[in-house]
Amino acid sequence: MQFLSLIARNRLAAAGGIVLVIVIALALISPLLPLPDPDVTDTANRFLLPGAEGHLLGTDHLGRDLAARLMDGTRLSLAVGFAAAFFAAFFGAAIGIIAGYFGGRTDNLIMRAVDMLMAFPYILLALAIVAALGPGLVNALIAVAAVNIPFFARNIRGVTVGLANKEFVDAARLAGLGHTRIILTEILPNVIPVIVIAMSTTIGWMILETAGLSFLGLGSQPPQADLGSMLGEARGALITNPHTSIVPGAMILVIVMGINLLGDGVRDALDPRLRSGALTRPMAATQVRRKGPVPASDDAEAVLELQGLQTQFHVKDRIYKAVGGVSIKVAPGECLGVIGESGSGKSVTALSVMGLVASPPGVITGGAARYKGEDLVGAPYDHLRRLRGDRVAYIFQDPLATLHPLYKVGDQLAEAILVHHKVGKAEARRRAVDLLKQVRIPNAQSRADSYPHEMSGGMRQRVGIAMALANDPDVIIADEPTTALDVTVQAQILSLLNDLRRERGLAIVFITHDFGVVAQLCDRVAVMYAGRIVETGPTEAVLDAPAHPYTARLIACVPELGGGRRRLEAIPGLPPAVDRLEPGCAFAPRCLKAQDACRQGEIPLEGPGAREVRCLFPETELKSEGVA
Amino acid sequence: MSAVLKLDGLAKSFPVGKRVLGAPRGLVHAVQPVDLVVQQGETLGIVGESGCGKSTLARMLVGLLPPSEGTIEINGAPLDNADPAEFGKKIQYVFQDPISSLNPRKTIRQVMEAPLKRLHGLDRAQREKRISEIFASVNLREEFLDRYPHEFSGGQAQRIGIARALAAEAKILILDEPVSALDVSVQAQVLNLLADLKAKLGLTYLFISHDLAVVEAVSDRVAVLYFGSVVEVGRAEDIFRAPRHPYTQLLARSAPVVGRALSAPEGKETELPDPLNPPAGCAFKARCPRATEACGQSVPKLEGDAAHRVACFHPLEG
Repeated sequence: MQFLSLIARNRLAAAGGIVLVIVIALALISPLLPLPDPDVTDTANRFLLPGAEGHLLGTDHLGRDLAARLMDGTRLSLAVGFAAAFFAAFFGAAIGIIAGYFGGRTDNLIMRAVDMLMAFPYILLALAIVAALGPGLVNALIAVAAVNIPFFARNIRGVTVGLANKEFVDAARLAGLGHTRIILTEILPNVIPVIVIAMSTTIGWMILETAGLSFLGLGSQPPQADLGSMLGEARGALITNPHTSIVPGAMILVIVMGINLLGDGVRDALDPRLRSGALTRPMAATQVRRKGPVPASDDAEAVLELQGLQTQFHVKDRIYKAVGGVSIKVAPGECLGVIGESGSGKSVTALSVMGLVASPPGVITGGAARYKGEDLVGAPYDHLRRLRGDRVAYIFQDPLATLHPLYKVGDQLAEAILVHHKVGKAEARRRAVDLLKQVRIPNAQSRADSYPHEMSGGMRQRVGIAMALANDPDVIIADEPTTALDVTVQAQILSLLNDLRRERGLAIVFITHDFGVVAQLCDRVAVMYAGRIVETGPTEAVLDAPAHPYTARLIACVPELGGGRRRLEAIPGLPPAVDRLEPGCAFAPRCLKAQDACRQGEIPLEGPGAREVRCLFPETELKSEGVA
Repeated sequence: MSAVLKLDGLAKSFPVGKRVLGAPRGLVHAVQPVDLVVQQGETLGIVGESGCGKSTLARMLVGLLPPSEGTIEINGAPLDNADPAEFGKKIQYVFQDPISSLNPRKTIRQVMEAPLKRLHGLDRAQREKRISEIFASVNLREEFLDRYPHEFSGGQAQRIGIARALAAEAKILILDEPVSALDVSVQAQVLNLLADLKAKLGLTYLFISHDLAVVEAVSDRVAVLYFGSVVEVGRAEDIFRAPRHPYTQLLARSAPVVGRALSAPEGKETELPDPLNPPAGCAFKARCPRATEACGQSVPKLEGDAAHRVACFHPLEG
């Protein structure tokens, strides 16, 4: 039903659908309407104009009633068009699925044959088929269907190739399903939306092709009327009695327009990529709708300071509080670890700083993000753009996704420099190579001419870091930069980042889910759960004696190398959904120590000095600075 | 203890640069001949970095890929026809990505019924009963059966994946990175469930992962793969504490551990060897601090006593 409402929201598609429904309904009920017999000639009353007595749309060159012939012809044309589309889709999909599923030689043979079919001009092919089979509506139908089979076969094959390598197909094979069953129950249900999309966008085309063949006298034979043959018969009187041509012509126009508009709507509604909003371009910076007052800056030394930052996602009538008031700060040369599980809001926090959360649906609803004391939330886009990548740079998890696949890495680095600095191309290139050297890429000069896909994961992430360093930023926000890398490569990247921040006095916000990484790299750590910080403090202190039950149990459930074989202390349950947060502590439902007080009201993040915890019954009492 | 799974010289190579006629341009040896024996009730961990051939090995073991050479024996009977349906009753697979291993357009009940119907030919009432039993054993509620995969979290979907593997009643499970797509708090739940099931049902596991700490925590023995070859096999509690192969030592030192200072154990560039143009001798020699001339001349064999074997000419003192 979501599908129907999506179509209805698209006004053009809805209009096309309505027009089409009316045409089809009229064509279907026309035998019941008080219309004259469409095939009865009455040469005395030939070429009557529309509106004539008893002939609503007039008569043709043999005096036959145009309205009756139009309804009859429409019914026939629609039936042939739909039938052709159905057969083309059926055989095309069958060929495509077989070629895509079996692959290898089968695929090669089938697809080369399909390519040969496609190499013929389609109208010539259709004419040849009709010539071989003889004129007639059924043969025209066969010709149109045959001509369109390659289109479906190629489309469906592409989709099937992707599906055939999916893990669920392997799982089905292991469950004992044979090829036929896999094709019918695993592949086909996932291909059907594509078939429907392809059909909806081609039926109009097929109706036109059938009409074309009929127009040439190869389709329906007199006295049977279809829209194409009506046009063909009216051709002789095109100048003298244009209405005989205009009536069927207008009907073809209406039908094809209706089908195409509806077809586009169907495609938009069914295509998962389009449905997820690929067509709605996000705004250049995250929307800001702050309700409360903007907090004043309270730390002059911090290079980056977040104060009660709130970011929400507004999806339909639901509000996801992804970031529910996060305050952190980093000083120059400091590394702050932000640790949390997926959905804890750590990435959204990072992206909110520079207004990079996609809007819609993202909205920053409160707090401030200060770079050197200046609030960036709601700053003009031009200003944000000048700071992005220049003063505050990002490193993302997957460098393959963030580097452009079609440009050499050296050129991409040079571009990053040219955006923010007025230097010559040669100078930018020199700096780019220099940066590659700084991130310890061997043969930097020649590596600058590599494309991203030619590099290993570790090398690409080095380029990602070089890109972040390109304009000598003050702050680097690294979002799980080593999660996709192997351990040996991770160790190198981490030590590189560590050296860089010491050499350059960089402030790093390092987002991760790995305590080992935080312990090795970060000075301070903030633990996030359900969009809020539950504990923060110097890394060593937090890891040695975690105060929040969540931190303690999260540390306990991660196995550590050297511990030998053992049972892990799992945390039962799941993290809460951030669109339905209960009052009180978000961890209470999973916490062994939770009491009634934990489920009421706001629990503050507090503690002496640098260590703070958001818990009423912390695991360890926090001591003030210096005593520990 | 008896050997339930025995691999004898199992190897896989892929042709690259296929031509319409004639031989392909080259062969990539994804898995070099591997000999391994897995005992009844044991968990054998397999670790290695990306590209080391661990997934190729796993797919051969369940018949999803035909091996180029070598044999697989299950309970003494050879299985070499690469027919997943034949393998399926004896050995099953749990996939890395729990969501994408479930068909998005099938309900969980349909997913669960497939192996019961196709592999064991159970009728409707028997299937119903089996599904209830299995769901109870993996702590899933039966109301989940009529839902579609996208309605589940990663941890729940992975339980469903495990339930599906159990439905085939295979006694050997290949677990291919079963928890690496899960959050740490959920990861422990699934690992504990796997341990419980193993004890209750007398299963044997092959646990493949890139996470050394997880492998160490769940395995009895661990095999380390590098560039398609097993370079070291030993007891889980020894292999990372006292590695004998320099590569195992490098892995163990690279793993981030709380309380250990950050260091790059390898100063120089580390690229895997080119699979199309593999180096002569030991594949690790270019990265190895102990490499000598001998390492470049022949490939070291996996040698040692039953408890600890290593493929190295200059092994570390264990």
